[in-house]
Amino acid sequence: MIDALTGVLLIPAVAAALLAVLPGYRLTARLNVLAAFLSFATAVSLFIVEPVSGPYLLVDDLNKVFIVLTTFVGFTTSAFSASYIGHEIEIGRLTPTYVRFYHAMYQVLMFAMNLALVANNIGLMWVAIEMATLTTVLMVGIYRTHEALEAAWKYFILGSVGIALALFGTILVYMAARPVIGEGLYAMVWTVLVTKAAQFDPALLNVAFVFLLLGYGTKVGLAPLHAWLPDAHAEGPTPISAVLSGLLLNVALYALLRFKMLLALNPAALTPGPLMVTMGLISCVFAAFMLYRRRDIKRMFAYSSIEHMGIIVFAFGMGGPLANFAALLHMTMHSLTKSAIFYAVGHIAQVKGTQKIADMGGLTVTNPVLGWGLVLGVVAIAGLPPLGIFMSEFLVVSSTFAREPWLVLILVFGILVGLGGLFLRLNTIVFGEPVGPTAPAQASYVPMFAHLAIVAMAGIYMPPALVTGFQNVARLLG
Amino acid sequence: MRGITFDIAHMLAGSLVLVSFMQLYQDRLYALLNIYALHALVLAASVAWQAFIQDAPHLYLTAMIALVFKAIIIPVALHRIIVKLGIHREIETVVGVGPAMLLGMGLVALAMVVMLRVTAEADPLAREDLAFALSVVLLGLLMMVTRRNAVSQVIGFMSLENGLVLAATGAKGMPLVVEISIAFSVLIAFIVIGIFLFRIRERFDTVDVQALDRFRGERQ
Repeated sequence: MIDALTGVLLIPAVAAALLAVLPGYRLTARLNVLAAFLSFATAVSLFIVEPVSGPYLLVDDLNKVFIVLTTFVGFTTSAFSASYIGHEIEIGRLTPTYVRFYHAMYQVLMFAMNLALVANNIGLMWVAIEMATLTTVLMVGIYRTHEALEAAWKYFILGSVGIALALFGTILVYMAARPVIGEGLYAMVWTVLVTKAAQFDPALLNVAFVFLLLGYGTKVGLAPLHAWLPDAHAEGPTPISAVLSGLLLNVALYALLRFKMLLALNPAALTPGPLMVTMGLISCVFAAFMLYRRRDIKRMFAYSSIEHMGIIVFAFGMGGPLANFAALLHMTMHSLTKSAIFYAVGHIAQVKGTQKIADMGGLTVTNPVLGWGLVLGVVAIAGLPPLGIFMSEFLVVSSTFAREPWLVLILVFGILVGLGGLFLRLNTIVFGEPVGPTAPAQASYVPMFAHLAIVAMAGIYMPPALVTGFQNVARLLG
Repeated sequence: MRGITFDIAHMLAGSLVLVSFMQLYQDRLYALLNIYALHALVLAASVAWQAFIQDAPHLYLTAMIALVFKAIIIPVALHRIIVKLGIHREIETVVGVGPAMLLGMGLVALAMVVMLRVTAEADPLAREDLAFALSVVLLGLLMMVTRRNAVSQVIGFMSLENGLVLAATGAKGMPLVVEISIAFSVLIAFIVIGIFLFRIRERFDTVDVQALDRFRGERQ
């Protein structure tokens, strides 16, 4: 019996196998979009009929939000990817064989991310995140240039070390659970772990969480473990940058949140909050300052992702229903906005034939749709009202200000510094004298403006159903 | 049960740490590769012994994978790569042998202090195994940061994974899912590495990672 839960895994898996063998770019690009859309539709159906969770797969309020977000951005990115890859073939940057490989890998990545989100077993979740890491390593290196190889190598080494530490943490959690639950499968199952977490050995859980935080934190891109992130974003194909920023960071964060919930259930264990708050703040402020010296447009937005992941981890670390709500909203808004920005950046880099900021200029004159799209995206990501990120940042700040005013001041400082950096660079890119080639872009603007429309909408009006949904999840997170 | 079975398990896990130390001071790639094969061999013996004392037949499979794949196939393949690339010259180390050994000792002490303290209530075999495993993991990490050569970084990573396998098998009754996944991930990792090494060769004529640092996307 195939329910929606196996559906979100089966569709990408089958699509990956098909895409690996089918020839022809036009057909495969469309098939990729179709598969991503079907995954999204299946994910939405999780809200209508909730499948039964087993010892391996699980669906609850928390991961439903993540799955729908992942499959939605996966779908829009596949639409963007179709026009992006078309141009890459035209200019000969990718050969048909590589495109076939790319499409198959795209679906494998979607499969791995969905598996990480629905896994009810901490071992299975680890395997899925490792799989997602390895697929993205291959995708980052796909152009085979100096920079791409270096970025992929760096990502591979740092990502593997992170993943290895996370596995050690996972083993420690099992060791803590074994005396209580007994040997075997059930000592690794979420739904069982959470019922017995109060009796686990707190010392083991503490050490386990430190390893998990370092391990999965590397994948979230928290400073000082972020070194792989800007390179991997800058050198891979732009659709992959969008997926990395918009989705993969969230998936690693999701893993971290699950373990945080586990620790929260054990009164004697350390509270994970302060650790997460510290790392979040460091990431936010550090990345904000790093924005000023960027010369590569994709690296700049990669640093902006580190900044926003810092804000999100800070808010989750503060905890409580309000801060969690704000963090969830911010995560959703960041995923949508950042991927929209990367859609714009991808086409801009194709028009200009470079990613160097110095070689761009006057985009609002030469390519008005792209230029103004980017302006809108940056206005959104910088957190200006009335867009969605302003709402979520405002909620993060207001929900935590009463509790830790000094920490929030540091956070606001980081956000403002980041805002300055973004606008400084944006100014050279879109205004002033046109620089470089000015050919019109062969672009599909629908995915970009669809995302921006949702973000703008969320800043003004949020559907009550969504608000209650997020509130439920926020309460679940404790 | 603190009899001879415990002592043997203890000895094998301890030997793994010792072999990790031996890796630290190898300054030739061939020698390093041979020591890595020895590392995998000790791991296989240790896992097989765990399978015997835990009466867990599926662990023999893990031991077999360690023996065949890690102790034979990977070293042979890497040996070929080294010959093909003509890089069997000295390894360039970032930190000298003396400081590296001292750092290694510090890390092992750290691993012992952390793990023995937090696992006071676990059974003695598991807790000592875990302490040794963490030592191997940390020594693998140290190896990765003290080497500049891509091949020796990969060997460092693989010995780190050996430490993880030791930890996973020491945790009694851990589901098979994980062991297979580890073996699987090593396999994939190796393919990735293999491809990368060739691609790096193709582009750079060197596998010295330092040479890859020339271009950072930021310089003009």
